[in-house]
Amino acid sequence: MAIVEVRHLTKKFEGNATFAVDDLDLATTEDEYLVLLGPSGCGKTTLLRLIAGLEQPTSGEVLIGGEPMVGLPPRARKIAMVFQSYALYPHKTARKNIEFPLKASGMEPGDRAKKVEWAAELLGITRLLDRRPRHLSGGERQRVALARALVREPDVFLLDEPLSNLDAKLRATARDDLKQFQDRVGTTTIYVTHDQVEAMGLGDRIAVMSEGRIRQLGTPHEVYHDPADTFVATFLGSPPMNIVERDDVLVGFRPESLLPKGVVEPDDDAVSVPFSVHRVENLGSERHLVGTVSGIGADTRVIAMLPSTVSVEVPVDETAEFVIRGADLRFFDKDTGGRTARRRL
Amino acid sequence: MSAVRATRRRRYLFDRDGVLAPMMLLPSVVYIVALVAVPFFLAIAYSLSDVTVGDPSFDYVGLRNFRAVLKDPVFRRSLTNSIFITAVTMVLVLVLAKILALVLTRDFRGKWGVRFLILLPWTTPVPLAAIAWLWMLDSLFSPIDWTLRRLGLLEGNLHWLGNSKLAVASVITVQVWRIVPLAAVIIMAGLAAIPQDINDAAEVDGAGFWRKLFEITIPLTLPVTAVATLFGAVLVFTDMSVVYVLTRGGPVDATQILPTWAFFRGIQGGDLAQGAAVALFLFPLLLAMAVLILRSVRRMEVL
Repeated sequence: MAIVEVRHLTKKFEGNATFAVDDLDLATTEDEYLVLLGPSGCGKTTLLRLIAGLEQPTSGEVLIGGEPMVGLPPRARKIAMVFQSYALYPHKTARKNIEFPLKASGMEPGDRAKKVEWAAELLGITRLLDRRPRHLSGGERQRVALARALVREPDVFLLDEPLSNLDAKLRATARDDLKQFQDRVGTTTIYVTHDQVEAMGLGDRIAVMSEGRIRQLGTPHEVYHDPADTFVATFLGSPPMNIVERDDVLVGFRPESLLPKGVVEPDDDAVSVPFSVHRVENLGSERHLVGTVSGIGADTRVIAMLPSTVSVEVPVDETAEFVIRGADLRFFDKDTGGRTARRRL
Repeated sequence: MSAVRATRRRRYLFDRDGVLAPMMLLPSVVYIVALVAVPFFLAIAYSLSDVTVGDPSFDYVGLRNFRAVLKDPVFRRSLTNSIFITAVTMVLVLVLAKILALVLTRDFRGKWGVRFLILLPWTTPVPLAAIAWLWMLDSLFSPIDWTLRRLGLLEGNLHWLGNSKLAVASVITVQVWRIVPLAAVIIMAGLAAIPQDINDAAEVDGAGFWRKLFEITIPLTLPVTAVATLFGAVLVFTDMSVVYVLTRGGPVDATQILPTWAFFRGIQGGDLAQGAAVALFLFPLLLAMAVLILRSVRRMEVL
């Protein structure tokens, strides 16, 4: 429904030496699900709050639907936000919570009630409407918060780590619910998280942030398989990408690309490396082999990940021949950390 | 070996909860018994007797003192004055303290200086502050009158403490001045306890200043406001120094309140028994107030 764009956006908090958001450019596409992903303190929540109008930028522009927004209060921006804590009004019932933005916009009571019913039905919380937040579970609170955001029919949804207060089990179903919700509503959504599983699972595109800047903007496939620099390479993936120093470049490969000889079909550029295994962690669905790889560059401690379908015996404290396909190798500049041209090893 | 074990295993007297807990409680229990319970029961005993300053022998007279007190028009005047002054003071205190708290929680230059200045009335001993106010309200040299005259709003003097309506207003003003800082600090604590997310959510949801104030901020600070009301009301209701210093209850008992009347009757008038009876009327009123407020706080469902 609307494109959100920021241009040269900068935010510096008083008394802080560093920029929370540093000369940042970013634009969503129509009805996109954009995820801001980064470690704590990278500025992703500040960026979201700048878009919402809860913070004013030090310099730069925020545009929603092409209209400049800087200086306008949040209520003038046609946005809705879901907070990490859900921020439900504790003294109001779920119904009154959902109704509040409609009341603030001056809608007639009859229309308000209809709208609340509609949102509650969409999220399956009709029977909870007369309860207060403290009598709701974490998942139910999240739905009420979503309903409160939904009733205003905003141009943009801003979600600030909405799943981080849920326990691990609930999180998977809540993630599924969120995705279905977005598919149905089809509104531009900006979603902040530090959890890469959420980011990969939900995002149409992911903006990986660090120190107030965007390190890479791309689809989940792109940021995982073609990281723009070593930060993105090592931030995404669990365990993260292995990085080996070789002369003036850094060679990167995913743990799942380092496999025993014979398991993979080697391509033309495939390298065969001796890998001495120190420790094996069996996680059930996969095995992590921690060891030292040589032959690529300097001897480096790396992790190889074998799915449980690969049943090759890997003896500890012995050196075995492992293979990395040439297509799975990534090269980074040693000084800047940025991607550089592919080369033969 | 066994000897070492035996000493190690010994339980000292203070290791026993049954000993330690009463020991720790003892000082405060002694304090409360000596300075609260004994005077309280003494007052009850006096009120049922004919003890005077001149004749301290104790003779039981039943409810005679209470009957006499209730018939006394000055007592009734004091009772209504007490309730009126406390009620008006608290309404003003709540409005002003809320505004003050809202202003002081904002970020502005010199915030700490302003906070310090506003807390000053609270740190001043009440009688000293009352004396300062006595000068402010002087019948001839009042700086308030002087300012009004200079502004051309007044000719002559207002005689703040000589006119019965102005005297009540003066007492209320001083009480408000004295209690507002305390109430503001308590309400500020309540405001600070509202999660930032809730304020942000209200902002995003499109609430303007007034809607946010009446639908979010005030309901969420209601319990803490009730506590501030209770504290303030008790302080105002039981205080005698302001009235004593400013008006001695005058003119013609216009500002007479229960604590001053009990003092004039019992100590200055020498009739300890009747003074005790008057003072005891404070107790059920305060108790009712405390129970009412604390119960309503418990019923309020916030956070």
